[in-house]
Amino acid sequence: MRRVMLEDMILTKDMPSAAGSRMLAGYVSPFDATVVEKLRESGFEIAGKLPVGEFGIDLVGETCYVGDSAYAAANVLKTDTVMGVIALDVNGAPRRVAAQKGLVCLKPTYGTVSRYGTVAVASSADTVGVLARSAADCGTLFATIATPDARGTTMQARKPVEGRVQRVASLALATDAAVAAKMDAAKGKMCANGIEICEVEAGVIATARACWNTLLCAELSANLSRFDGIKYGHRSASFATLEQLYTESRSEGLGLLVKSAILYGSDVLYGKNYEKKYQKALRVRRVIAEAFRTLFAKYDAVLLPASSKLQYTETDHPFAENLYTAPASLTGLPAVVAGGVQLIGPAFSEERLLAVATLLEEVRR
Amino acid sequence: MRYETVIGLEVHVELATKSKIFCACSTAFGAAPNTQICPVCTGMPGGIPQLNKGAVTLSMKAGMLLHCEIAGLCGFDKKNYFYPDLPSAYQRTQWYAPIAKNGHLEIETASGKKRVRIKQIHMEEDAGKLIHDEAAGVSLVDYNRAGVPLVEIVSEPDLSSPEEVAAYLNRLRTLLRFAEVSDCRMEQGSMRCDVNLSVRPVGAEALGVRTEIKNMNSISAILRAIEYESARHAAALEAGKILLQETRRWDEMRGVSVAMRDKQSAADYRYFPDPDVMPLAVDAAWKQEVRESLPELPEQKKTRYVRELGLSDYDAGLLCDSHALCRCFEAALAVCQNAKECANWLLSDVLAILKRRQMIADELTLDGHSLGELILLVLAGKVGRANARKILEEMFEGALDPAAYAAKMGFLISRDTDKIGEVIRAVLAENSRALADYLGGKEKAFAALFGACMKQLRGNCDPQMLREMLLEEIQKP
Repeated sequence: MRRVMLEDMILTKDMPSAAGSRMLAGYVSPFDATVVEKLRESGFEIAGKLPVGEFGIDLVGETCYVGDSAYAAANVLKTDTVMGVIALDVNGAPRRVAAQKGLVCLKPTYGTVSRYGTVAVASSADTVGVLARSAADCGTLFATIATPDARGTTMQARKPVEGRVQRVASLALATDAAVAAKMDAAKGKMCANGIEICEVEAGVIATARACWNTLLCAELSANLSRFDGIKYGHRSASFATLEQLYTESRSEGLGLLVKSAILYGSDVLYGKNYEKKYQKALRVRRVIAEAFRTLFAKYDAVLLPASSKLQYTETDHPFAENLYTAPASLTGLPAVVAGGVQLIGPAFSEERLLAVATLLEEVRR
Repeated sequence: MRYETVIGLEVHVELATKSKIFCACSTAFGAAPNTQICPVCTGMPGGIPQLNKGAVTLSMKAGMLLHCEIAGLCGFDKKNYFYPDLPSAYQRTQWYAPIAKNGHLEIETASGKKRVRIKQIHMEEDAGKLIHDEAAGVSLVDYNRAGVPLVEIVSEPDLSSPEEVAAYLNRLRTLLRFAEVSDCRMEQGSMRCDVNLSVRPVGAEALGVRTEIKNMNSISAILRAIEYESARHAAALEAGKILLQETRRWDEMRGVSVAMRDKQSAADYRYFPDPDVMPLAVDAAWKQEVRESLPELPEQKKTRYVRELGLSDYDAGLLCDSHALCRCFEAALAVCQNAKECANWLLSDVLAILKRRQMIADELTLDGHSLGELILLVLAGKVGRANARKILEEMFEGALDPAAYAAKMGFLISRDTDKIGEVIRAVLAENSRALADYLGGKEKAFAALFGACMKQLRGNCDPQMLREMLLEEIQKP
């Protein structure tokens, strides 16, 4: 069944793309994203678009202002009408959705799938990912969309990592009992298949969240400024000056979570904070990347949760929950979610990770 | 109290690339609004920038011409602010790491040579153009210009007078045109200049309050603005009034500078490196390639023209003022081998035609090779000077072969003695009065007869030959 749906962060010429925001309600892009072209070239039918949380930064799609998008990908995959959902992994939402709803999600290595034609939020990390019922389906779709694209300078040539996963480092990060049980089950399955698991201190990787929130919000604050009511998108009906055109349009068009991200991001770039917060975050990013390099010298993959719980409530916040998804976002390393847990591998090890996911994935009836 | 003025200049120059700096859109001037745009340069969702290496090469050239150190990495930072002509609400510029720095430009003024230090040269993208329709009460935006590559050349405050500023700008323009970095046309906006000016008592160490003046559309407007602003500062200092550090708009019609309304209450630009544009390595090999592609500079050419070709200092200087003139000169020289003739033709006849057509020297597209051939025809006595000028004028309309054209138009000088003899006899027959006058002793009558013959022959006659034959015929009984 060669049909897919696209989340609304992926632009299409023939269907509107709102990116979950009132700012872009009804917006029709004049061009298709590269991944859309590649899917069509390979004979896939685009069955439609799925609403997303506003600009993809929320927990699981709960902050959509143009439709209802909480767990939208999971709901559609449950109906067995599409092979998979193509998503943009901005702040880990596709991975959390997969973890909580028994799906498989692949977030590829940054730079292996073209970002051209996706709504940019964190340009140094946004990655087109795949949600599906099985690792095999993820693999098929990944192979289709992970091909070179001359547009833009942040693409990398793939050199697939050979072999299979034999040694896994398991990061000790706190979760609730339900997720802890998933982690244990996953470890059990891997051990039964001859994979050695070692418990490892998270160390500096635990600081990934603070570092990531800084960089995510800083880049977001600049990338979202183009939504100003001047050229396209929502323009307020009530303004008398240019400044009001900007403030009213953006106040009306953007939601609370996005506004707080913009303010936070503007602040970390402001005046002396640039050095104290933003540049520091860049240095921490490199340190965390180093920590992974050190781990991958000994291990083939790193196991960690994708979320702290299996069911979110009003009090959960995406900038707290992204503790688990931030490491892969920050470093651009590939991550796969299956059986409610997450595995991170070295760059270009998607096939190897998907092989483990096959062991862990929840069997569908 | 006597005051001195301290001036620094920020010159923005549009690079002569065919495409914009981050996308493949055309940079051609004069297109209909919003016809040279794409998702990248209009800030639409989904566009990703792609750095135009040609723009980097030209920026390196500008840096080398101004004796700067060239950076080893070329990256871009986002400068964040809101304005309708800025489609992404950030401008990509080089705040943290300019492509070139610590250079200088030597200028010549009446008081001698002066070295003006160049603080830095950085690349950035241009914004769109806002057009205000007062009558309709709307503002319109044209994004054709958004994304055109610019370099900003920032001088240290080493200039001290309108004369020095004019010398600096003219010299900069000549160099950049010579190396084909930019066509530097202020009237088309491909060269813009903001002036930073302060005034202090003569001999004082500390700098006075600085104001920035924008919106001058020509070098003469810049000079007028400097005169006005210096006087304004001096008057304020003299009267003990406070001067505000501010940006002011030059109003050319009224001849005054006006404080600009707060565009934005000076919001922080929050510069940070653009993650979409991977910094480009500027390695030694590339720098060497660019260095080798720099043309012979005007002063080197001038020296060579004087020393090796025997041109006068004045003529060599005039030629070397314009890159296009030099190119035409050297091409013509290669054909006719006569430097003085080529220089004369270019500096008198060609420049005259340009002036009549209201063109500047750098717009010259005349084929130097053809000019050389034309000069050869004149030197060989095959075409008279007057007719050669007609051929030259025709060459401005389009390429042509001077010899073929001369033949077609009947400009080739005849040595057909039979034909000339016929014409002479006919003229003498028709002008018996003049003939009689001449024979009677009136020397001037000869010129009239000579002129009449030339006219009949349509100028296509060797003057010497005609003179001899006419005299001979007259002498006959």
